[in-house]
Amino acid sequence: MSNTLLALEGVHTHIGAYHILHGVDLQVPRGQLTLLLGRNGAGKTTTLRSTMGLWRASKGRVVFAGQDITGWSTPRIAGLGIAYVPENMGIFADLTVKENMLLAARSARHARQMDDTRLQWVFSLFPAVEKFWNHPAGKLSGGQKQMLAVARAVIEPRELLIIDEPSKGLAPAIINNMIDAFAQLKAAGVTILLVEQNLHFAKRLGDTVAVMDDGRVVHSGPMAAFAGDEELQQSLLGLAL
Amino acid sequence: MQRDLDWKPLLLVPALAALALPLVGSSSTWLTLTVAGLAMGMIIFIIASGLTLVFGLMDVLNFGHGVFIALGAFVATSVLGGMADWTASEQVWRNLVAVFTAMLVAMAVAGAVGLAFERCIVRPVYGQHLKQILITMGGMIIGEELIKVIWGPQQIPLPMPQALRGALPLGDASIEKYRLLAVAVGLVVFAALAWTLSRTKIGLLVRAGVQDREMVESLGYRIRRLFVGVFAVGSALAGLGGVMWGLYQQNVVPQMGAQVNVLIFIVIIIGGLGSTGGALIGALLVGLMANYTGFLLPKLALFSNIALMVAILLWRPQGVYPVAQR
Repeated sequence: MSNTLLALEGVHTHIGAYHILHGVDLQVPRGQLTLLLGRNGAGKTTTLRSTMGLWRASKGRVVFAGQDITGWSTPRIAGLGIAYVPENMGIFADLTVKENMLLAARSARHARQMDDTRLQWVFSLFPAVEKFWNHPAGKLSGGQKQMLAVARAVIEPRELLIIDEPSKGLAPAIINNMIDAFAQLKAAGVTILLVEQNLHFAKRLGDTVAVMDDGRVVHSGPMAAFAGDEELQQSLLGLAL
Repeated sequence: MQRDLDWKPLLLVPALAALALPLVGSSSTWLTLTVAGLAMGMIIFIIASGLTLVFGLMDVLNFGHGVFIALGAFVATSVLGGMADWTASEQVWRNLVAVFTAMLVAMAVAGAVGLAFERCIVRPVYGQHLKQILITMGGMIIGEELIKVIWGPQQIPLPMPQALRGALPLGDASIEKYRLLAVAVGLVVFAALAWTLSRTKIGLLVRAGVQDREMVESLGYRIRRLFVGVFAVGSALAGLGGVMWGLYQQNVVPQMGAQVNVLIFIVIIIGGLGSTGGALIGALLVGLMANYTGFLLPKLALFSNIALMVAILLWRPQGVYPVAQR
């Protein structure tokens, strides 16, 4: 079994008249947390959306677990065991927290059919989900919504979690809780691809890193080496970790 | 932080009725008009409920919805014509069996035609509003012409079954029996929709899809299949509404769908895209307004509903209970 769970090979993506990705090459090793860094507009979100089939790659290949999934529909890609948390969290505001979770638990038709052991594990990671179980998701705070979004992504076992900027707009205390939760998910063997602009977050969690600029991956390698090379960080990100 | 009920829109219906009482003057006339308005509103709700979900779920502007209304009504003329012995009977149960048979057949035919309409007309223009408007209006015109080919271009009477004719006295007022049946059927449809949307996973998916269909797909659900199902159910409900409307008017014409279309869109806009609860309130308001102004200022009947819509949008620009954010 290859150590690479997800690979993007020379992926180009156009959105209308705009050519956003210019041949992205990215590898996400199995069981690791890969961070996708880059300045605003570098193409990070487009890379995630192209992987999920939300925007179709116009050229190149997306390979998941050895299978070419280029051009597949989003539901079919999700059915492979890939969970996606978008930048806006994708919470269904008019539904309760329970209903949001039930939607993500595809095998359950009613809340009582959800895997209780798994649910208790999720509650232990994200206590707010249990606390506000019957409350409208739209009334949660930003941090609670982010916890719900990630909890929803892991309510059933997934091969890969793709998460877009989970720390955006969150208070430092909540970011620390989120870091702890991701550390536990990583320890449980979940492969994670994370877009993040919070450098503290990136440094604490990343195993491998890929840096994007102008629609391409311009650097990739171990996070530890990248974190120790301030000159490289300055040249790629314009600031040091 | 419990789920809060936004109760203000609920007060609009009794407020409109209360406002009309001094203007109408006679309480018995007011009661008759109010029941007529509620019955008309319930029929419009049955027709509009499916369309608002189609609108909310896939952002599809289906201006051809009216053809399913006409189709349902014409199917009813054939079914009830073939059950003349049953409709002429003095026994209520035989009349109701005939009416419910006509409703079921009309729903089945309208639902099946709805599936074909979605596949051939709507699917090629997903995401293209202008083309949706043009092609669905074209679809309605073709549908009307096909109805003329099958049933003829002339107006066809759709007489009320024997036991549903006449009125029940209530004080000084008289309440037509059929209007009570229309209110009852409307309530059953609303209850069935509310139960499905709130208590089943399919309903949950529809509600979620109306809010954010991309996220529903990211969770692994094929929203287009869901949409096809909703479209077929919406068409079937329009067919049911067509039977109810045809019996209400006691005659049917191929253009009846286009005539009702304006009211349906007013209802959906008042109610808020994607909201069945909003559609119910909008439909009751439109039904009451049409009957009150039809009595007080007949020349302003249609204008009054447009004025009502404008007033509601000035208060709540997204409608009373918006779900879909467009």
